[in-house]
Amino acid sequence: MSVQMSSDSSMIATTSTRARELNAAEIAEIEHEMSLYPDKQAVGLEALKIVQKHQGWVSDESLLGIAKYLDLPASDLEGVATFFNLVYRQPVGRNVILFCNSVTCWIMGCDDLRQHIIDTLGIDFGQTTEDGEFTLIPVPCLGDCDKAPVMMVGEKMQRKLTRDTIDEIVVEARIQSKTRADV
Amino acid sequence: MTDRPLTRNIDLNRGPLDIAGYEAADGYQSMHAIAKGLSPDDVLNIVKKSGLKGRGGAGFPTGLKWSFVPRGDGSPAQKYLVVNADEMEPGTFKDRLLMEGDPHLLIDGMLVAAYTIQANMAYIFLRGEYIDAENVLKKAVKEAYQRGYLGKNILGTGFDLDIVLHTSAGRYICGEETALLNALEGKRANPRAKPPFPQVSGLWGKPTIVNNVETLCNLPGILAYGVDWYQGLSRGVDHGTKMFGVSGKVKNPGCWELPLGTPVRELLEGHAGGMRDGLELRAFLPGGGSTDFMLPRHLDLNLDYDEIGKAGSRLATGTMIVLDDQTCPVGMVGNLMTFFAHESCGFCTPCRDGLPWVDEIFRGFEAGTGNEKDLQILHDHIEYLGPGRTFCALAPGATAPLGSGLKYFAEDFEKHITEQRCPYKH
Repeated sequence: MSVQMSSDSSMIATTSTRARELNAAEIAEIEHEMSLYPDKQAVGLEALKIVQKHQGWVSDESLLGIAKYLDLPASDLEGVATFFNLVYRQPVGRNVILFCNSVTCWIMGCDDLRQHIIDTLGIDFGQTTEDGEFTLIPVPCLGDCDKAPVMMVGEKMQRKLTRDTIDEIVVEARIQSKTRADV
Repeated sequence: MTDRPLTRNIDLNRGPLDIAGYEAADGYQSMHAIAKGLSPDDVLNIVKKSGLKGRGGAGFPTGLKWSFVPRGDGSPAQKYLVVNADEMEPGTFKDRLLMEGDPHLLIDGMLVAAYTIQANMAYIFLRGEYIDAENVLKKAVKEAYQRGYLGKNILGTGFDLDIVLHTSAGRYICGEETALLNALEGKRANPRAKPPFPQVSGLWGKPTIVNNVETLCNLPGILAYGVDWYQGLSRGVDHGTKMFGVSGKVKNPGCWELPLGTPVRELLEGHAGGMRDGLELRAFLPGGGSTDFMLPRHLDLNLDYDEIGKAGSRLATGTMIVLDDQTCPVGMVGNLMTFFAHESCGFCTPCRDGLPWVDEIFRGFEAGTGNEKDLQILHDHIEYLGPGRTFCALAPGATAPLGSGLKYFAEDFEKHITEQRCPYKH
């Protein structure tokens, strides 16, 4: 999935200033993954996810760092990185919203909720809020259809969504981000 | 003994059983039965006799699938078991429940399968978004190692098994078993040409069995309580129980373990409570997004693989998506086409270029710009995207709701053209 930044938010996206190669913690985790698979190619995607966990996204510098470390062609690794929905090759907000727009959530009114997010946060699919707080990405069926409409915010499932609960979730996520920043 | 072997331990209010609780509930009896002297061939015969069919969607007999793995002298020493836990079929929410609700049941089933094909390495290919399942499974795998159900020389059988939990990073195509294997090898998840089938040459070229989560969860019961018990569970032709779900505008959406052969009406009107007040049932997809629509006149059919097949659809994942009379059927099919177009891996032309074309036409219908020529193009794509025209089953899967939708909702398609708008939008 391509994640496009909204018009002028690239300056303040949360993760864009941290582009770098691999650090020691990332290398240690990649080494652990290498013990679970018989070859290095299998570790490529794992390494991309490890870097993303630490940095929020996968920069060119990191991707080249992984390719060098695992001795994989950078083009192959980029082919993998751009294939998978959950590998972000551009900076994303502090909270990634994975918004289910598959069939049951559609029946249960997710289009209306998407419009509500556009109206209140000012972002549509592939965009990040000006303050770098939220990125909205559509995701295939999240497998919680009896509780539709659903979305994920960060690692947390949010179920039986309404306009009101989305407002509450947004407020809560902002508070949590602020708390983390203050610590 | 139980009549709900898949869900009897599941109580979402208290969280999953730990290994002691699971053992106390007859858990891991299958491995103890094996330790008492069942050979891999014995287990294979038991599973064949049970009549278990794969619960991932295709419904292929599990024992038969296993029997294609080369055995005995001269067969490759390294074999793999891979769990397909990449639940992504639209409207399907059963494997999430099984993994989050009773993770040891899956590990128990994996032991049976791995022992039978003599695989000493197993990968759980888990959807990246299933964070809760990941945490629950991680803990369960650790407990199983500590208790000696995983690792070396399990229960003194001489059989070794290691399990690695692999979390994926999205893409529906990874549910296709050969695409899944490519993803696990760290490649783009394009499907592979068959033959060779994975049973002979799969993960890293070694014999590999890919089984769905629910399929594996059936095995501990079969080993612990026997084939007669298992076959006595169902109410129809197929054996055992199955996870069935209902989503959409019903009073009580949910997922239940029911005997195969349960009437559709009992699921929809009984367990799911029927339609919400003021709504009528228009149609339903019986087993996820890539099955054909069925109609109210099909309600008295039974939830059996063959019976649903004879009605022109597929039982597939058993999770039903309900369309009510106030939701636009053209919009619903259009939503599915958007999904399939987005999730095409892009490898073969009919799928990569055909599905976006179809999707664009549906957007035209919604926007009020559709015409008769568009409708003809949609009809043509039932064939262009159909079986035999594409590299894998993704695009043919898309033609199931497309073809049946064009047939059953012809008037609605016509109205979108004549009124130049969606008649369901007020």
